[in-house]
Amino acid sequence: MKALKRSPIYIFLIIAAAISIFPFLWIVASATNASVDVSNGRLLPGAELLNNFRNLTEQVELGQALWNSAKISVTTTVLALLIASLAGYGFEIYRSKAKDIVFSIMLLSMMIPFAAIMVPLFQMFAKFSGVLPVIGIDTVASVILPTFTTAFLIFYFRQSSKMFPKEMLEAGRIDGLTELGLFFRIYVPTMRTSYAAGAIITFMSSWNNYLWPLVVLQSPEKRTIPLLISNLGSSYTPDYGMIMTAIVISTLPTALVFFLMQKHFVAGMVGSVK
Amino acid sequence: MKQAAATNNNLQPRRNRLQPTWTGWLFISIAVIMICAFYFYPMIQALLLSFKTGTGANIHYTGLDNYKRLFTDTVFLTALKNTFLYLIVQVPIMIVLALFISVLLNDSKLRFKGFFRTAIFLPCVTSLVAYSVVFKYLFGGDGLVNKLFMNLHLISEPIQWITDPFWAKITIIIAITWRWTGYNMIFYLSALQNIDSSIYEAARIDGASPIRQFFTITIPLLKPIILFTSITSTIGTLQLFDEVVNITKGGPGNATLSISQYIYNLSFKYTPDFGYAATVSYSIVVLIVLLSIIQFKAAGDKK
Repeated sequence: MKALKRSPIYIFLIIAAAISIFPFLWIVASATNASVDVSNGRLLPGAELLNNFRNLTEQVELGQALWNSAKISVTTTVLALLIASLAGYGFEIYRSKAKDIVFSIMLLSMMIPFAAIMVPLFQMFAKFSGVLPVIGIDTVASVILPTFTTAFLIFYFRQSSKMFPKEMLEAGRIDGLTELGLFFRIYVPTMRTSYAAGAIITFMSSWNNYLWPLVVLQSPEKRTIPLLISNLGSSYTPDYGMIMTAIVISTLPTALVFFLMQKHFVAGMVGSVK
Repeated sequence: MKQAAATNNNLQPRRNRLQPTWTGWLFISIAVIMICAFYFYPMIQALLLSFKTGTGANIHYTGLDNYKRLFTDTVFLTALKNTFLYLIVQVPIMIVLALFISVLLNDSKLRFKGFFRTAIFLPCVTSLVAYSVVFKYLFGGDGLVNKLFMNLHLISEPIQWITDPFWAKITIIIAITWRWTGYNMIFYLSALQNIDSSIYEAARIDGASPIRQFFTITIPLLKPIILFTSITSTIGTLQLFDEVVNITKGGPGNATLSISQYIYNLSFKYTPDFGYAATVSYSIVVLIVLLSIIQFKAAGDKK
């Protein structure tokens, strides 16, 4: 009787789960099929995966794009965690009225839509190209510099710092650690899980970033994975099997991170709001 | 309590001596400089730019001309209308759906909870570009969705999901809902877990139906998180770019064009008009500020 009462709930959830999962199954199945079979609606796995992969690596610089994306995402993540956690720690541990005002002003930057600052940023980096080419247009640095500091991550680390046992700092001071030493020797190791969660969120958004790299990266060999996928997808005669292979490969890193660290992932998303 | 503890703490004065006031400022300095350099400074630049016209060295001030142009620019008005349509239709559907699913999943007697939660959250691991390309193919004229609907005899001829002005908007809305419902669900689920179950027990004893409990307990307690998700969804929708570009390219005509995409086109696709692009971009800023204030007010008044 009770189980029967719940059956509409189960049916609803099964449909919702099926709709959520179906595109994934389709991508994976299509990556193993020839383009013709995909457009004929074949849903079963085939034997064309290696063929698709070969076509993909022959037609586009997949390895190069993966390497570009990895370089950008890893550097962004490391810098973002360091700078944002220093700031979040600073705002919370050395709290003062003036710093609280600065903090609220920093939060306002979350309301700034990227499209609104895209053009001035482009002009800024175009100017850099003349003065200091290593950070000018079409460089790895130009992708990383304007994106790695986010008010969101500063806010997240400040919230996390509220739970940090501050007596540990007093103990460290008595042991003669410098203020920076306290941060690196005591705070960073204690807050490992916050760093893990922050790393996942930052890595994912950097790996998937599209608009700014589209604006600032111009030569084909600099392209990141989202630019490559977008390019493949806009083809007039798409090779479905090959494109789905590219999508599977590009989604693997983020899917892996998600499945291995699901708990941290959710903690990172929700942690900042609590 | 906290203040009393601080004044009684005899380490406090020594700590102040060891800790000059500038130490804290050093910790936050790099982040503050970066945010100023890459958010606030470009914002001011964009404002100045919005009063200018021309390209390259030929750029010069034209006063309010760009702003006058804004109100007579049919492409901009179309993009504005499209963005509002996405906002009014998609955000409420997604939030209600996410709330509904999370309440169902919060049932302690429900089985396979972990599976359902992971499955519904899974779309969030995809990049916006990748899922957009996938949706473009699934919803193509001879795509899988049409094949499925025709086999089920739901439709007699294929729906032009991508090339019909009306259906193209629906496709965009379906796509965004697929990608973000699970994301919002996670926020509601974690908030629901923090609600003391004894509140519900008391309500049950008083004879409140599950629906009544939902509206009188769950919704009021989740209000801050609903406000948070509706503001972030609103900001996200006003910035919509990746999906529209990769599913419909803004077409057919300009039927699905978003404001962000129009800014991109004005700056980098058509003959560059950075000044006017900056003017258009300020319209999003104004919208974000206005809508956030309205949502805060709406949430506050219900108290």
